[in-house]
Amino acid sequence: MATVTQFDLATMTVRELNQYLHHELGEPAIEQVEIANPDGLHSIAAGMDQEVAIEIRGHAGYFTAGMNKLAHVTIHGNVGWSVAENMMSGTVRVKGHASECAGASGQGGLLVIEGNTSSRCGISLKGTDIVVGGSVGHFSAFMAQAGTMVICGDAGHHLGDSLYEATLYVHGSIASLGADACEQPMEPEDLQRVATLLEKAELEYDPASFKRIGSARQLYHWNADAGQEY
Amino acid sequence: MCGIIGLLARSDNYRARLGELVTPMVTCMGTRGPDSAGLAVFHTPLENGDRRYGFFHANDQFDWSMFQNDFRSQFDGQSEWRTCESHAALVSSATPVQLKRWLQGSYPAVHLLSVGKSIEVYKDEGHPQQLADRYQFTSLTGSHVIAHTRMATESTVSPAHAHPFTAGEDFCLVHNGSLSNPNSIRRKLQRKGIHFETDNDTEAGCRFLEWRMSEGDTLEEAIEASFSVLDGFYTFLMATADRLVLVRDAFACKPAVVAETDDYVAVASEFRSLAHLPDIESATVFEPLPEEIYSWQL
Repeated sequence: MATVTQFDLATMTVRELNQYLHHELGEPAIEQVEIANPDGLHSIAAGMDQEVAIEIRGHAGYFTAGMNKLAHVTIHGNVGWSVAENMMSGTVRVKGHASECAGASGQGGLLVIEGNTSSRCGISLKGTDIVVGGSVGHFSAFMAQAGTMVICGDAGHHLGDSLYEATLYVHGSIASLGADACEQPMEPEDLQRVATLLEKAELEYDPASFKRIGSARQLYHWNADAGQEY
Repeated sequence: MCGIIGLLARSDNYRARLGELVTPMVTCMGTRGPDSAGLAVFHTPLENGDRRYGFFHANDQFDWSMFQNDFRSQFDGQSEWRTCESHAALVSSATPVQLKRWLQGSYPAVHLLSVGKSIEVYKDEGHPQQLADRYQFTSLTGSHVIAHTRMATESTVSPAHAHPFTAGEDFCLVHNGSLSNPNSIRRKLQRKGIHFETDNDTEAGCRFLEWRMSEGDTLEEAIEASFSVLDGFYTFLMATADRLVLVRDAFACKPAVVAETDDYVAVASEFRSLAHLPDIESATVFEPLPEEIYSWQL
């Protein structure tokens, strides 16, 4: 039987909650934490450093599960800006929609957003895998350096602008690609990578229906002759 | 930062509770804007050529009764009248031109905050919670309201620099963001004879839109025109006598969240501000898209 500990943000502050989550989960760790009444509050379950399941029941605010390490955080609602920003490991799952900068600068782990994300999803991504069940807004994967994004819906304008070595897979339409992003052929390892992430995210799509977007690597070296025309 | 808040009531019950519902939305956004705040509430339009006028005096001990007596001796004696600290509101059949001329001559320190058949404005320095208490925001009633909590970045903190900004009649705007070319917009409009009261970027945006409308544009056409004129980051929430209008710039890096039910439309910078509204669990909650114009009619 999993041990379940309940918290209610209607009767305590986020700081009190996070201090408990950081320091008092105990050994052996409490296996499941339930958080009620998030009500759009910021930084809920940010800075986790322990393997524990955290269920947030409702809409959460900015920086939810930011800097996550090891924990498995599920938000049963929408989230504000920068969910799972700078995540190191573990999983963060958003059952609803996410606002801007979801998964920004994430270094590892898996972020699943079942709904849509707003702009700049996966900005400066450094290794996290992001699976979006819906669509992503403009400037997603801007300057993404490593990691994978699987987008089951459509992508907004300037997808993958100034992309480094992150790889993007898009099922739906792409409003426009950003500078230096280009469509590349789907190889067998791409199909496998998409299939694995879809399975982890519990989403059913045919991997072969995705387009691969990668870096054309034309921005890696400064070209004075380009005259800023990229 | 800065917080923007809007609420449009779709039923008589919510019109009667407008102040009670919007006040916690505003004070909650005090974290985004602690230095000044303001709101504009809209009432059923007056008839018979009457207008609502809102006034501000920097001294909250100002003798409004003397002002009132002088006003009544100058204009119609039946004017409806209400004062609260540094603010006063009256209903009169005087025209804006007559009233401004009289103010300039007799009370140059009294600032005309708002003009229209529906609009009533309160704005001042101080934390939003203090303003809500001082001006009794919870007791307000009306069809719709927009409000702002300010964290000043580009111009000074003063009551005149607080939002909402008004221009023309029954039009006002609150802004989260910053414009980078307000000076050139201001100079262009000043050359057309348009008077500015502050060096604030939002006033430039507000007067630009009102100028376009005075030239015959609809608000939508004015906003479309602004896309190529206003440079900067913004979420604008506007109100006219009969609607709320929301728009974000092309980059959409200034936030906004909308919640809609059969009873109300609510807008705020963050969901926190909406989280305690009635029936929020069943509301349609969404984030407005860049350069899309959202309009909600009464």
